[in-house]
Amino acid sequence: MGLDFSVVPAFAGALFMGALWTIAITLSAAVLSFFGGIIFAVIALYAPLVIRTPFRLFAWLFMGTPLLLQLFLIYFGLIQIGIDLPAFVAGVIGLGLHFAVYNSDIIQAGILAVDKGQYEGARTLGLSRMQTLRKVVVPQAVRSVVPPIGNNMIALLKDSALVSVIGVAELTLSSQMAISRTFRPFEFYVAAAACYYVINLGLEAGLRRIERRIELAR
Amino acid sequence: MDTGLIIRVFPFFIEAAWVTIQLSVLSGLLGLSCGALGAAARLSRSPVLRFIGATYVSLIRGTPALIQIFILYFGGPQVGIQLDAFEAGVLALGFNIGAYMTETMRGAIISVDRGQNEAARTLGLSRFETFRSVILPQAMRLMIRPLGVNINALIKGTALVAAISVVELTYTAQRYIGSTYKPFEMFFLAGSIYMVIIYVTGLGVSWLDRRAALK
Repeated sequence: MGLDFSVVPAFAGALFMGALWTIAITLSAAVLSFFGGIIFAVIALYAPLVIRTPFRLFAWLFMGTPLLLQLFLIYFGLIQIGIDLPAFVAGVIGLGLHFAVYNSDIIQAGILAVDKGQYEGARTLGLSRMQTLRKVVVPQAVRSVVPPIGNNMIALLKDSALVSVIGVAELTLSSQMAISRTFRPFEFYVAAAACYYVINLGLEAGLRRIERRIELAR
Repeated sequence: MDTGLIIRVFPFFIEAAWVTIQLSVLSGLLGLSCGALGAAARLSRSPVLRFIGATYVSLIRGTPALIQIFILYFGGPQVGIQLDAFEAGVLALGFNIGAYMTETMRGAIISVDRGQNEAARTLGLSRFETFRSVILPQAMRLMIRPLGVNINALIKGTALVAAISVVELTYTAQRYIGSTYKPFEMFFLAGSIYMVIIYVTGLGVSWLDRRAALK
């Protein structure tokens, strides 16, 4: 059986829809992982010990186990305790939490790198601890860690392929559906890979723009 | 937490962990070889080799590992490559992590101080000798930790071959979640085994790093 890429265009619409879902899930999970990462970082650094310790354990568990296993846990685990989430939502939560933990690590380093004088100055001016964190420290910290967080977002895009196994009809699952009708795995997986590559290029360009804008703002 | 169940299924998870370890070691070795070749290509004087190296890194890092595994395993037979799931998993994971290791090794080599190269050449060493006895030993020391990070990612990445039904840890956990409806217990069991594997690997990397620092 040779290769015949002429079967691909008939499914271009399905692949395009799949690509849109991939973009939707990546963006939703990216937003969740960004704000989750900030909240996790603040908890890990400033929360009282009784919250901090279990939280660190949770973060350690998330960083030491495979994402695929976590997706299975979230999807099947929530069903078991009576919460039947749509696969898309479970996928966004799984991806978002996983990368929030990684982002948190980076943001913590960013917070610690903010000059101590900024914190002291804000407190002296009468801002509360929370206000100081929210308005002074975190914005500066986040700005300085945009490039490594961008790398995580690129990893997130590629790992979004994993949610196909819990049944989200994104790019990977769309190509699998085309394969089950045509029996042409090579052509469709290569087509899916090409789509991911293009989305990846777009994401990289977007991240570069954000980085440049932040450079200018500083 | 159903401890009786955990004890009953534990032997099956240990068997699965052995498959995960085999996958990690074999694809890790393949990845290191691909990384060394890739870094050599990217740093070579030949523009053709540089182009091949850069294309390898860009294509592999620009697409999901899961799709790469699928192309090799399901698409392979169409181009005359017949592999069983384990072999396809090892090859795909190894080629994948090799692209990341290429960048790690290249980064370590180019961050060795330029003066080292210039001084060695001035002392009369050839380009090759300079690389082998001056640059590489220093670069090796710099690349141990970041390669450890790559290997850590590889160990967790071996879970992906569950999708082509290799009976490793994640596949086993998934199967028992399906048959026992105990996702938390199964996650706890598989998760702890992954943590142990990653922890022990981390100890090995630290040991290598310390030894390299002493020299």
